[in-house]
Amino acid sequence: MKKLVAVAVLVCLFPLAMQAIDQGFYISFATRILIYAMAAASLNLVLGYGGMVSFGHAAFFGAGAYIVGILTFEGVTSLWITWPLAVAAAALAALVIGAISLRTRGVYFIMITLAFAQMMYYVFVSLKAYGGDDGLSLPSRSTGLGVSLGNDFVRYYLVLTLLGLVLFLLHRLLNSRFGRVIEAIRENETRATAIGYPVYRYKLLCFVISGAIAGLAGALIANQTSYVGPALLHWVQSGTLMVMVILGGVGRFWGGPVGAAVLLALEELFSGSPLLGPFALHWQLPVGAILLAVVLFAPQGITGAFAKKRQ
Amino acid sequence: MLFLLAAGLTLVFGIMDMINLAHGSLYMIGAYLMASLAQATGSFWTALPLALGATGVIGAALEVALLRKLYERDHLIQVLATFALILITNEVVRIIWGNQSLMLNAPAGLTGPVQLPGGMQYASYRLAIIIVGAAVALLLYLLVTKTRIGMLVRAGASNREMAIAMGVNIRRLFTAVFALGAALCALAGAMLGPILAVQVGMGENILILAFVVIVIGGIGSIRGALVGALLVGAVDTMGRALLPIAFAKIFSPQVASNLGPSLSSILIYVLMAAVLFFRPQGLFPARG
Amino acid sequence: MMIRAAIRTAAIIAATAASFGAQAANELKIGYLSTLSGPAGAIGVEIRDGFNLALKMAGGKLGGLPTEVVFADDTLNPETGKQLAERLIKRDRVNLMTGVVFSNVMLAAWPTIQEGKVFYIAPNSTPTNITGKGCNPHFVSAAWPNEGHHEAAGLYAKSKGFQNVYLIAPNYPAGKDATTGFKRGYGGTIAAEVYTKLNQLDYSAELAQIRAAKPAALYAFLPGGMGINFIKQFVAAGLSAEIPLVVPGFADDQDIIRAVGEPMLGIFDTSHWAYDLDNDANRKFVAEFEKEYKRVPSLFAEQGYTTALFIDAAVRAVKGKIEDEEAFHKALMSAPTRFKSPRGEIKMAHNGTPVQDYYVRVVAKDKQGRIVNKKVGTVVTGLGDYWAKDCNMK
Repeated sequence: MKKLVAVAVLVCLFPLAMQAIDQGFYISFATRILIYAMAAASLNLVLGYGGMVSFGHAAFFGAGAYIVGILTFEGVTSLWITWPLAVAAAALAALVIGAISLRTRGVYFIMITLAFAQMMYYVFVSLKAYGGDDGLSLPSRSTGLGVSLGNDFVRYYLVLTLLGLVLFLLHRLLNSRFGRVIEAIRENETRATAIGYPVYRYKLLCFVISGAIAGLAGALIANQTSYVGPALLHWVQSGTLMVMVILGGVGRFWGGPVGAAVLLALEELFSGSPLLGPFALHWQLPVGAILLAVVLFAPQGITGAFAKKRQ
Repeated sequence: MLFLLAAGLTLVFGIMDMINLAHGSLYMIGAYLMASLAQATGSFWTALPLALGATGVIGAALEVALLRKLYERDHLIQVLATFALILITNEVVRIIWGNQSLMLNAPAGLTGPVQLPGGMQYASYRLAIIIVGAAVALLLYLLVTKTRIGMLVRAGASNREMAIAMGVNIRRLFTAVFALGAALCALAGAMLGPILAVQVGMGENILILAFVVIVIGGIGSIRGALVGALLVGAVDTMGRALLPIAFAKIFSPQVASNLGPSLSSILIYVLMAAVLFFRPQGLFPARG
Repeated sequence: MMIRAAIRTAAIIAATAASFGAQAANELKIGYLSTLSGPAGAIGVEIRDGFNLALKMAGGKLGGLPTEVVFADDTLNPETGKQLAERLIKRDRVNLMTGVVFSNVMLAAWPTIQEGKVFYIAPNSTPTNITGKGCNPHFVSAAWPNEGHHEAAGLYAKSKGFQNVYLIAPNYPAGKDATTGFKRGYGGTIAAEVYTKLNQLDYSAELAQIRAAKPAALYAFLPGGMGINFIKQFVAAGLSAEIPLVVPGFADDQDIIRAVGEPMLGIFDTSHWAYDLDNDANRKFVAEFEKEYKRVPSLFAEQGYTTALFIDAAVRAVKGKIEDEEAFHKALMSAPTRFKSPRGEIKMAHNGTPVQDYYVRVVAKDKQGRIVNKKVGTVVTGLGDYWAKDCNMK
């Protein structure tokens, strides 16, 4: 608990410290990390707790972003309208995709979620009215709070608040009856069915909640970058989210956020960094090597490795 | 040709119960080796076995050094590890061969079109690919169903513990299977090189397609891979050829030119979703 | 305890950062955002090599100022590109930006560049949203307008009297821009317009349709890997003997030639530059490039090279005072009158895009047996951006 408070204080003070040293850039970088932390946490819910390996999570992330993008493009900017719609659209997508995909399991589930994400990707690529492959620059950011979301500080604290809220709700959810049932289903689906739980419905609900959170993260990223594009839905994006979760720790509460922070920080550290000298343009090489090392030596992810050490 | 890649993948995937995203990287390595060897030796046909062998060896080395440690882990870890491998191989290839696409052309004698009975023209090299693909399919079928090795492989696929209990050296078998899978990748890379771009990232383009094929076919089934590849190829081609025409009849040209291509590009995913909806284990499940 | 430690660390970081923060006014810092790694990195590297060559030939000084170029690699991810643009402007405090290769990255990074009020000199074509209605004095292009090559290709098809031209392009905005541009220049009958899946590998279905349609010529806009695939398959199907293939210049230059080789002989393209253009600036550029990188430059390298010359001329004209935005904008718009570009004469349209000549080239062997794009003739002189009409700036 002490640690949690310390982290919370650090996170709250971060923008002020950055402002103080005149490095405002890192505020928006940190905002991006927070947004991805939310997306990764949502994926961790289905992947880690629900045992459903969704390889198409970018679909919900992208759907949320595109709803905000398209509505803003059409002149609807109030976040009281666009954000709930983004969440609802992502949840609806998750409902439809989940309802079909949850009939399958294992590798087939991985592939069918991927298939749906790819379908959405190609749909957005050919939507010429909304930029297609080029994506869409948002004419303005969402409004409705009385303060401008164009301000890095406002955005940072807004995202931070929402992330805190989402994590709190997730925490409550996982420690409720629902959370235990979901974990029981992951451990032994047959037994859960035998006991009499409506397994399919529980899994679907879990999937929809996760999709909705991913949609919210998508709405935030659209505001963060003032841009939406099909790359947000590409399978590599799904893979990246998955890498974040695995890196951080599958089925561990802080797995998603930690993984997101570490991966993005690594990318920032290595991309075109003078540290690497002539290999600066091959920065994906060390990132890959570090990932591989984590897999081999810390199979429980970073949070898992720390938990073990303490024991 | 998709079949070759899918067959290699399905071997690895089904038999070893291992998700290998780096399969596309082996395909890329195969194509790059082929392109360099073809330029060095000046002959397509001498380069081909060399590239296959070399990729097979690389595959085996990878298996022994790294992937072997991953069999016991769950699929998630395998995904992450092989994703990391994609990043690494892409960059290593760029360091060795540079950024530019390599040149790899069809061997002399197979460059032009041939006249098919019925007056149709067809690229002779494509004909060669079809023949090679069919031959490999036949060989694999014989290998798996008629030989002792095939028996062991099937045993390993259907019940690994039992096979070990019966005294099968599963480690060596797996290395061999993985090397074979890698060689099949290289064959696909080498044969496709002359009609597709040999470039970094070529693996990822085709990887998803290969996954779609094996999932439709049923994981671990060579027959499934063959049927899946044919199905995906047919649906994709027919969709591209026919959908825009069909739409042009129904809608205004403006709508048709927008809708047709978009729909045909998602068609194979629709196909996969539909197959999985009705047969959640794929068309030819290898396991009961 | 934690908090105090954190504050102390922050203070230390602050002290070190402050020492970096001070920016010497007599130095030029250029933010170079480009796609340099990953599958799509080849074009970015080609442009960068051209840019670096010009910088090196200028002794590391553009406009007389010691120049530092900060490279950032977007890996063709628009979101990363946006993030890096922010880093270049807010953290590295660059004076100018350049480098972006792909239009999706450009669209994502552009709002940041605009907000940062940093001048951007484009080394590659730019989406019409930025040059048309949304035009901005901070934007200047040293490459070509989005539809330039396509419109020139249409004009070429018209001048050859081709009836029934078949068009093929990928199903995304740039693909539609390509066919629009071509049709504007051509104005004749179109046999068919076919849009293919982005990053499609196999073109057998399309090739069969083309064969059946028997068009007088085929215009294919399939950049990068798609072009390599298509051209290889087009030739293998034996269509190259029957139907003349015309492509935009950036889809069959040295990067593609190195990948395809002999089968490309005889393909026509339209381009704003050719390696054998007969002028001193070009001879010097080609010779120096070949000496430095041991390969024939492509039009991308020329774009990077001209971009550096552009910056050099403009910064020199204002004597390094980039802060005076109005003066620097004027200097950029009149820059081409102060240097000789390898591509020949450039004028600037009011939306910051170049008005220039386009040539038709054919893939052929040169005297040393290398496969190159040889100039055949001039298609059009002084062709500008059609979308400049939407730009209200003056």
